[in-house]
Amino acid sequence: MNNKKEGRAHPMSRRQFMLTAGGFSFAVTAGAIAPRFLGDPEPAASSGDQQLTAWVKITADGKITIYNPAAEMGQGSMTALAAILAEEMDADWDKVTIEYSPVEPGIYGMQWNGTPGGPMITAGSRTVRGYYKPLRQAGAKARYVLLYNAAKKWGLPQSGLKTDRGYVIDPAGGRKLSYGEIASFAQIPPSVPEINEQDLKKPEQFRLIGQIIPRYDIPEKTTGRAKFGIDFSLPDMVYAAIARAPVYGSTPELLNENEVRTSDGLVDLVKMDHGIGVVANTFEQALKAKKRMQIRWSGEARAKGYDSVEDYKSLELLIRDENKKGRMVVDTGDAPSNIQSAYKIYEREYRTDYLYHAQMEPLNAVIHIAADGKSAEAWAGTQAPDTERNAIAKVLGLDESKVTFHNCYSGGGFGRRQEDFSLEAAMLAKQVRRPLKLIWTREDDIQYGAFRPMSLQRMEAGVDRDGHLTGWQHRIAGPDNRLQTGGVRMNYYTIPNQQTEHRVSHPGVRTAFWRSVGHGPNKFAQEAFIDEIAHDLQIDPYEYRRRMMKDLPRHLALLDKAAALSGWGKSPAPGRAYGMAFSDYGGSYTSGVVEISLDQESGQIKVHKVWAAVDAGVVVQPDNAIAQMEGGIVMGISSVLQESITFKNGQVQQSNFHDYPILRMADCPESIEISLMPSSLPPTSLGELSLPLMGGAITNAFLKLTGKALRHMPFTPAKVLEVLSK
Amino acid sequence: MVQVETAPDATLLWTLRDALQLTGTKYGCGASLCGACTVHLDGIAVRSCMTPVSSVAGRSVTTIEGLAGEELHPLQKAWIEEQVPQCGYCQSGQIMQAAALLKANPHPDRELIISYMNGVLCRCGTYTRILKAIEKVSKSGKQ
Repeated sequence: MNNKKEGRAHPMSRRQFMLTAGGFSFAVTAGAIAPRFLGDPEPAASSGDQQLTAWVKITADGKITIYNPAAEMGQGSMTALAAILAEEMDADWDKVTIEYSPVEPGIYGMQWNGTPGGPMITAGSRTVRGYYKPLRQAGAKARYVLLYNAAKKWGLPQSGLKTDRGYVIDPAGGRKLSYGEIASFAQIPPSVPEINEQDLKKPEQFRLIGQIIPRYDIPEKTTGRAKFGIDFSLPDMVYAAIARAPVYGSTPELLNENEVRTSDGLVDLVKMDHGIGVVANTFEQALKAKKRMQIRWSGEARAKGYDSVEDYKSLELLIRDENKKGRMVVDTGDAPSNIQSAYKIYEREYRTDYLYHAQMEPLNAVIHIAADGKSAEAWAGTQAPDTERNAIAKVLGLDESKVTFHNCYSGGGFGRRQEDFSLEAAMLAKQVRRPLKLIWTREDDIQYGAFRPMSLQRMEAGVDRDGHLTGWQHRIAGPDNRLQTGGVRMNYYTIPNQQTEHRVSHPGVRTAFWRSVGHGPNKFAQEAFIDEIAHDLQIDPYEYRRRMMKDLPRHLALLDKAAALSGWGKSPAPGRAYGMAFSDYGGSYTSGVVEISLDQESGQIKVHKVWAAVDAGVVVQPDNAIAQMEGGIVMGISSVLQESITFKNGQVQQSNFHDYPILRMADCPESIEISLMPSSLPPTSLGELSLPLMGGAITNAFLKLTGKALRHMPFTPAKVLEVLSK
Repeated sequence: MVQVETAPDATLLWTLRDALQLTGTKYGCGASLCGACTVHLDGIAVRSCMTPVSSVAGRSVTTIEGLAGEELHPLQKAWIEEQVPQCGYCQSGQIMQAAALLKANPHPDRELIISYMNGVLCRCGTYTRILKAIEKVSKSGKQ
């Protein structure tokens, strides 16, 4: 942990907890996330000055509040994190309430390598994985403090005491004290020892981790009481909408300002670089005024004239150019020469279109600038509350400490909920000086979206006389260097001589993280290519994968499990076929099988059943893990069969769910069966694990069914018919 | 019975959400494409985003906030038991749509449930659990 970051953390953490605790209560603080303080003599000198990280508060009435540092956007980690802490603290789960932590990245954030203290971004399925160890330690420290105080009260050595579900117990004396009772007199000990692995519970002692804990947020999500960002309001609040550039990068000129200003309920118009904001007394009035605006867009936008369908032709030139070199991501052995000298060489190209997030809650933010302009508060559902806060502070010319950001439930995130909406709300409020709620319409959300980048992937491989892969080359071309190489390493297959390269294009359109990021397109290409090779070699694709996993027992077990679940090898019903795929994400592995049918006339593919086996280490919330796998599979099928964003003349062609369909119930598989592999390894990622299976599994089933390969996602009926006619 | 003054062409959705602060009904698409805004109008499921508020004067509107009586509606209980919601944003609309179905037909078969629920989108992919929860209530005969 560097000191600079720490210097930016506000002194509020401890003080605020003490104040809000009310009455005589105490904040059990633990330094797991800020180990730098443990050796610091100052806290020992004065417990009132302790600045150990605060994760949990116990009040005299026994209520335990656990602070959640991560966004809750449907992935359920708010419950998992609290359960991890409560487990080691030995808390009574029924007494636990969960609140968002303050926006203090130095305390509650996490670096990308998992080191405590860093960005508070909830992304990359890293929440449970990253916070598992620090929160176990924090819980154990809280338990230590409780034991320390009970021992002191009874005048006994701490070592003879036990805890059980919210009580410290003196077995010899037959006495017990509830955590709430202890809170009424407790003091922070002069020092809290380091907690090591052996001080933590053994898996067989778990009574929360690995059990079915109902999700904390679900009851209020069935009654309408759950507050999403869009639900927040303030007295005297005005509403805003923005007309944004249809071609990204162009600038607006409002041609009929006087006319628009006469609109009912209009409060103000705000000129921005990328659009014109309309502020009105109601949201519907803002929308009406927005519709009346005549805007001339100008400027030399890079995206001007861009056509994403035509772009595949330029990507073909880019990716086939043997004299060009892109960014090398994987380079082991000598792939090119081993492919050249192979017994048989394969070459295929796979395409994936731009994709939109389609989170059900359109982007929005509420902001309130104090009357004196010296501070501000904001409310929104976001994956990155610290980034939002800092962006708002920058717009308003305030120090970050003067902006209080309240994270809210997010109605879906999938990578989209970051930055631009809070920033815009701040720009509007700065001019209007009223509490303000900005809402993106669905059309805004799609047409000014930031998309999963399109890709063209060129695969080349060589096999020896027995069909073993001897070289593997994977080239990816597309518009975003950051987002397109995830998942290119396949440590679950033994393939010698691998090379992966990214070649970037520059269309000038907005791109962003999208659930599973690079894994979606890349696993599709890898897994489809493997099946095409196996198909040509007339080897069962399951057997072909088994060969490549023969020295990798963990992965082989998973592959076998999914095959067994699906009954791989048995004959499917007439007109149906099975397809298989394997994937990883964030240290986890999964193997999946789909059963599909095809309506030959319409070209419509239907996925009837899905089976998947998962190895994600220790699973904190098994039922929620299954829900995440199910959700990823459904979103995966949706993206593989239906979804596509296209640009023409630089403009997004889709505008709402009629032309950007997402999967509906009728197209959902009849059953999704998930099997979690037992494990004692630390937890790894789950939220983005299953989605990348679907591209490969579906095209592989299609290959089995028809002998033809689908190589361009989405597999719409039109594309399917085209492939069938060839 | 509530009285509310709105613009003549205001929609039921924004009137519920902003004038009456009943925010359980959600905005998703504004075009009757996603069903997040589903409420009951005289017991029938309607999309409030395309319903002019003037057309509901004197009629009975039930939102997710008003679905439960003394205790939760059987569907709400089933939703919790089956741990249906993920992000939860679409679930008010899902539950209201399902409640209208079960009111009209307490024991729908799977095919009918799917065709009736098909208009309500869920991006998190909770459809299999939604189906399970509705079938659970339908079979229990509790609604």
